[in-house]
Amino acid sequence: MEPFKFIKSKPVPLDIVNVDTDQIIPKQFLKLLGKTGYGRYLFYNWRYDEYGNNKSDFVLDLPKFNGRKILLTRENFGIGSSREHAVWAIKDFGFKVILGISFADIFYSNCFKNGILVIELDKDKIEKIFSEKIDEDIEIDLLGQTVKINTEIYSFDIDLTLKSSLLEGIDDISTTLKYENFIKEYEIKHDPLVFK
Amino acid sequence: MLTTYDKIWNNHLVYPSDNEGPSLIYIDRHFIHEVTSPQAFDGLRLNNRKVRKPNLTFATVDHNIPTTNRSLPLVDEVSSLQIKTLQKNCQGFGITLFDMSDQYQGIVHVIGPELGLTLPGSTIVCGDSHTSTHGAFGALAFGIGTSEVEHVLATQCLWMKKAKNFEIILNNSLKKDLVISAKDVILSIIKNIGTSGGSGSVIEYRGNYISSLSMEKRMTICNMSIEAGARAGLVSPDDVTFDYLRNKTFSPKNELFERLIDDWKYLKSDASAKYDKSFSLNVDDIVPQVTWGTNPSMTVDVTSTIPDPDEYAKGNEEEKKSAIRALAYMNLTPGVPITDISIDRVFIGSCTNARLEDLIEASIIVKGKKVSSNVQAMVVPGSQQVKLSAERMGLDKIFIDAGFEWRESGCSMCLGMNPDILLPGERCASTSNRNFEGRQGTGGRTHLVSPVMAAAAAVVGKFVDVREWI
Repeated sequence: MEPFKFIKSKPVPLDIVNVDTDQIIPKQFLKLLGKTGYGRYLFYNWRYDEYGNNKSDFVLDLPKFNGRKILLTRENFGIGSSREHAVWAIKDFGFKVILGISFADIFYSNCFKNGILVIELDKDKIEKIFSEKIDEDIEIDLLGQTVKINTEIYSFDIDLTLKSSLLEGIDDISTTLKYENFIKEYEIKHDPLVFK
Repeated sequence: MLTTYDKIWNNHLVYPSDNEGPSLIYIDRHFIHEVTSPQAFDGLRLNNRKVRKPNLTFATVDHNIPTTNRSLPLVDEVSSLQIKTLQKNCQGFGITLFDMSDQYQGIVHVIGPELGLTLPGSTIVCGDSHTSTHGAFGALAFGIGTSEVEHVLATQCLWMKKAKNFEIILNNSLKKDLVISAKDVILSIIKNIGTSGGSGSVIEYRGNYISSLSMEKRMTICNMSIEAGARAGLVSPDDVTFDYLRNKTFSPKNELFERLIDDWKYLKSDASAKYDKSFSLNVDDIVPQVTWGTNPSMTVDVTSTIPDPDEYAKGNEEEKKSAIRALAYMNLTPGVPITDISIDRVFIGSCTNARLEDLIEASIIVKGKKVSSNVQAMVVPGSQQVKLSAERMGLDKIFIDAGFEWRESGCSMCLGMNPDILLPGERCASTSNRNFEGRQGTGGRTHLVSPVMAAAAAVVGKFVDVREWI
């Protein structure tokens, strides 16, 4: 996984609450066997008509937002299905950070496994970015845990383990395998019971 | 003084957290299916890793398989490749697979319990958010993403932070006959606490109503915990749990089973256990529920009308916009009685409501009646075992005589990954768990209801208050 330290970008405003993962990536695109190539299907049903033509009016497709790396959203983003394809699509589209008020648990966890930083800020701050800062550069410093817009600096909370895994781009599994002795010891004492 | 969740958590600590960080937790059961596993196996191969405990890993195909004649080749080549990939992965890594033609094939959350693979006090994961279903047995069961699937395959563990304890107390007078479905109860809960009400929590359902329920009904309630934002929901195990599990195919047997019951009894939440959050509902007050919008909290009583966005949003501007958007998508107008809404399709199925009791209850409603001429209706049993039991009871005949299609088991039109989908604009009374935009087919409109409500709607062609029929 590519390490994440700092990013500077203007945001793409997705001004909708309770966005579910069925919208982020509809089911017809869950049949692929890889982790890449999902970006073009991101928010498919909101971006394309019934014949598969891009409607060009969804926020992701407006030329002024092209190439921006921060997705700005609101409350309760990523609810519903655990499909990690939702995160693969967001990542493949080019986003590095999702900034919002709150996120669903499984989606939140899936983001960090793929090097996407998720930042939760208070409602008034997100509101302010939506209403005043859409075309401002946002500087996100993971080490210092700050979101800086011009002279305004907001700090954010993040679990230290998630933070260091992102900063160093570490693969979770290789970390866990270092705990082999603990796992073995547990397995000796504990019987998970399977009988036929 | 501990809750069931606390006790399971403590029993599975491989490496406890330092301070606020995550702990390493052992996983007793890993269920996998064709859609969220291929990338995980690729990851293993890429890094030359093995599956640590193939004997704790069980696979089936459910999400994208057809529910029509299984002896025919698959029309959808992409789905077919995904299925073949799972077959190859299970063979290569030594994992038990209940394949398309297997007598034990079915929706992963239906077969785990019915085979006795789901046991009290265990930790259970699957790359599917409705893994919360298994919590009905007093297990800690939750959905994970594909990266975590790979992690569990390789290590049989997961890093997790302990969630909050959230009790939902469900009491009723137990005097009158229960005409309210477990589905109505969980929809009422979600209507009240919202789709993020359970975020960061494990919900424990308690109270005399829960104790009085069968395992299948407890599963319906735990299944939709995720729709309230909770990764897991559970019920303390009791005699109903133990009786259900006795003599299941993979359950521990005889004296061992009886001995285990003593351990499992200890899992009950202590009387003075502390909860971080609490919510109570009197089940006597609940009437049949129908969703009107595009998330499961957008629910009203069948006796009610389509709400006004202002009334729904209670001053929250964003929720109001969301309600307006939902009404436009659903093509509904505020003030219209729920019982005036005509439907085109009925789907009785899914990991929420496709177990034998669901099918029995729906069959009682349709017996001797006919599906409305404007409605296309189907029953998709949750597993081959459910299908077989239902056929032994003659339920297939009741449904077919009434005009329902009787299908093979799978997820089917709950998420429409196979050919069972709604056409744009079609309106469906569905016993599934999600009414998101396009969930059952692009442009399709989903109303979530209980099996008996779906059955009655199929006959009338509109929503009806099924209490009038019971």
